[in-house]
Amino acid sequence: MWTRFFTRKVHWADIIVVAVLVLFFGYIWIQIDGKLNYKWQWERIPTYLFRYDEDSERWVANVLIQGLLTTIRISIFASLLAIVLGVILGMARTAKNLTVRMLARTYLELLRNIPPLVIIFIFFFFLSEQVVTALNIESWAYAVSRSENVAIWEFFFGDMRRFPSLISGVIVLALFESAFVGEIVRSGIESVSKGQREAAQSLAMRWRDEMQIVVLPQAFRKILPPLANQFIVLIKDSAIISLVSVQDLTLRAVELANSTRMLFETWITVAVLYFVLCFGLSMLFRWLENRAKLVPD
Amino acid sequence: MIEIRGLGMYFGKFQALSNVSLSVEAGEKVVICGPSGSGKSTLIRCINRLEEHSSGQLFVDGVEIGEETRNIRNVRMEIGMVFQQFNLFPHLTVLDNLTVGPVRVRKMSRRDAERRARKYLQRVHIPEQADKYPSQLSGGQQQRVAIARSLCMEPKIMLFDEPTSALDPEMINEVLDVMVELASTGMTMICVTHEMGFARKVADKMVFMEEGEIIETAPPEEFFNHPRSKRCQMFLDKVLEH
Ligand SMILES: Nc1ncnc2c1ncn2[C@@H]1O[C@H](COP(=O)(O)OP(=O)(O)OP(=O)(O)O)[C@@H](O)[C@H]1O
Ligand SMILES: [Mg+2]
Repeated sequence: MWTRFFTRKVHWADIIVVAVLVLFFGYIWIQIDGKLNYKWQWERIPTYLFRYDEDSERWVANVLIQGLLTTIRISIFASLLAIVLGVILGMARTAKNLTVRMLARTYLELLRNIPPLVIIFIFFFFLSEQVVTALNIESWAYAVSRSENVAIWEFFFGDMRRFPSLISGVIVLALFESAFVGEIVRSGIESVSKGQREAAQSLAMRWRDEMQIVVLPQAFRKILPPLANQFIVLIKDSAIISLVSVQDLTLRAVELANSTRMLFETWITVAVLYFVLCFGLSMLFRWLENRAKLVPD
Repeated sequence: MIEIRGLGMYFGKFQALSNVSLSVEAGEKVVICGPSGSGKSTLIRCINRLEEHSSGQLFVDGVEIGEETRNIRNVRMEIGMVFQQFNLFPHLTVLDNLTVGPVRVRKMSRRDAERRARKYLQRVHIPEQADKYPSQLSGGQQQRVAIARSLCMEPKIMLFDEPTSALDPEMINEVLDVMVELASTGMTMICVTHEMGFARKVADKMVFMEEGEIIETAPPEEFFNHPRSKRCQMFLDKVLEH
């Protein structure tokens, strides 16, 4: 791919495009560096990725990497939950029963036609005020944070004292994404031919077995690429829950930028972290997809 | 075994079956033929309720099929169905295609189901293909797997909807042979097919349909030699030309 890129002839139009870009970024640079009298402090950034812990004499993650880990955790949990909800939604959308279809459609349209931010504010405060309190999650999480096997819990959920807000964030994000996952699942279910379902029915299968054994496995094979893509979209969307004080990468960056005044360094670093994560995943998925194609079925 | 009385069936406003009556005794072989669009598929699909009839009565093994049928699955367990397009499960091996019904529906142990699956694969002459996927088999082999899959449920009745129409000519006979052998075991069979050689060999009763109605029902000799209706005569002339 790269060799092809370089061996291709460079056109004079390309040179103009590059020149314009250089001029544009040069201008912005001058504005920031000269006019704003901005003092770049790139050398301080690495210490906010990792810092040396005097007590344990080890390098440990600092705010930005902690934030990145939280973002990854939230994205994984929210995706798993979104897939469960999405499968239910997708099946409901293709159900025979009209009431079930209507309910699913209502849920979908509500989530699709209200800005995510508004959904998140409504659900987050409902969840964190009502559900989390009702289930006594808060005191449970504090108990865990003082227990002995806290290390295992922290591996999965990060700082346990932050668990209630993390779990609310995960649920809200999953609700929001489930609408999109549901539509992907529906398209997968509809791609399974009618004959397949008739064969299952004439073997006297229950609806559950028909779905579990015949329809969903075939549907999932078809929708794996769009689902993987939706996972990456979810990682990017997850930045939104920083607004309800879940300490993900974005919120950590806001705090860091405010306290150190390294506005550009912080946000450029954060952009790079998101990019590496999402682009890396999309390359990984593409590789897996190509490899799957090589295996004959 | 099967009793159909005055069956009517609509697709929206289009009447696909009108006033169809037919009775099939245990062990009887019925071959249904007729021009395209005459409702042959619709009729046999009503029997295991893949289509829902709108009037008349339908009994399978003494149980009435209809809105009120509590457990359509109990009836379907006794009815095997073979489709024109095979409809094998492409993501499962041949063996799994055969065992999934017995294991999931008949609650059989995996071991017993596998033993049974191998028995029926033997019966359709492809014991060596158990571990392949459907896409790795020829059309004729796939259709024989589909027959074996139905037989693994040990049904009392087998329905065939043009089982050889999607096959290349050289594969038709291997499937028909299996069906002839199956007929000799005393299975109750209803076959939609235009294979008149097969019909002559196994049919106890021939049925001719046109425009959603049964025009003629007769034993094979009478049906082939002295068809009563003119339309049936014309249809037979066309089919037998080949
Ligand atoms: N799902 C459906 N919706 C609407 N009309 C249908 C549907 N299925 C079948 N029909 C119509 O019902 C009539 C009978 O169809 P059927 O499939 O039973 O015919 P057939 O005798 O099996 O024909 P063929 O030899 O082509 O298989 C046809 O006119 C067909 O167009
Ligand atoms: Mg048909």
